[in-house]
Amino acid sequence: MPAVVGVVVFPGSNCELDVVEAVGSLGGEGRLLWHGDTSLGDIDAVVLPGGFAHGDYLRPGAIARFSPVMDAVRAFAAAGGPVVGICNGFQVLCEAGLLPGALQKNRGLKFLCAPAQLRVEADRTPLTGGVQPGTVLTIPINHFEGNYTCSSATLAELRGDDRVVVRYVDNPNGSVDDIAGICSAERNVVGLMPHPERASHELLGSTDGVPLLRSLLTTAAAATA
Amino acid sequence: MQFSVLVETRPRAGVADPEGATIERSLPALGFHGVTGVRVGKAFRFTVEADDATAARAEVDDMCSRFLTNPVIEDAHVTVTVLEQAPV
Repeated sequence: MPAVVGVVVFPGSNCELDVVEAVGSLGGEGRLLWHGDTSLGDIDAVVLPGGFAHGDYLRPGAIARFSPVMDAVRAFAAAGGPVVGICNGFQVLCEAGLLPGALQKNRGLKFLCAPAQLRVEADRTPLTGGVQPGTVLTIPINHFEGNYTCSSATLAELRGDDRVVVRYVDNPNGSVDDIAGICSAERNVVGLMPHPERASHELLGSTDGVPLLRSLLTTAAAATA
Repeated sequence: MQFSVLVETRPRAGVADPEGATIERSLPALGFHGVTGVRVGKAFRFTVEADDATAARAEVDDMCSRFLTNPVIEDAHVTVTVLEQAPV
């Protein structure tokens, strides 16, 4: 049975079908979940996709964190289920307190849409389990508020506990310590600004997102077994 | 009682404000020299119903910390004033 990845659709999400397609192309099943759902159903992993949930009004993720589905996502994460937030999904996870820190406007005040080189730093996460630390992947970024920031105490914790999952090789947005993605203390919740699903087929210009998504599917399948 | 509320949010001290910095850099082009410390924030204006000013203030502070600001990067300044009742 394929691993089932629930992909949450908020009003204003726009990368959900890309994630479903990418997961499907790797032998998994992507299943759309509505933000108003109070249950996730029978799924093995959750992805919060990119886009502009609730129009990004107030702040990106500030309203999405109150969507009914987030209680179920929180419970799923608390039970150890793999949760990945991509781009806007990362912003939602930070606003929801499932990941520490915040994403502010890019240094230079430009919306960035370009391939970015990422170095995988930590492999003990659902997204990077099959990837050797030090591996450099080229994966697109597409954001205005991707400049990760946190208190110095949080940064020390992230570094000390090996929770910086991916770093930019050439920092495009001013993120502290070149951070592109982090994980929770329990390591099962991961957020990153780059879009692995947009680097999942030759036609998209890169397949470097494949090892990340495959790792997620492997973790999800293990959770089912 | 009804209270008129003004909540002003802005990036916390020490948090980079690229929007403010960009505006600051642009001002001299229009002939405004010597402007420093530009910080861009948001303002929220609304009315709340509460027993007294202290209660109104407490409710707005709670609203700020849980919703209107992200305390990691933003501060809020709250002003609460009694809303004048229209004469009967």
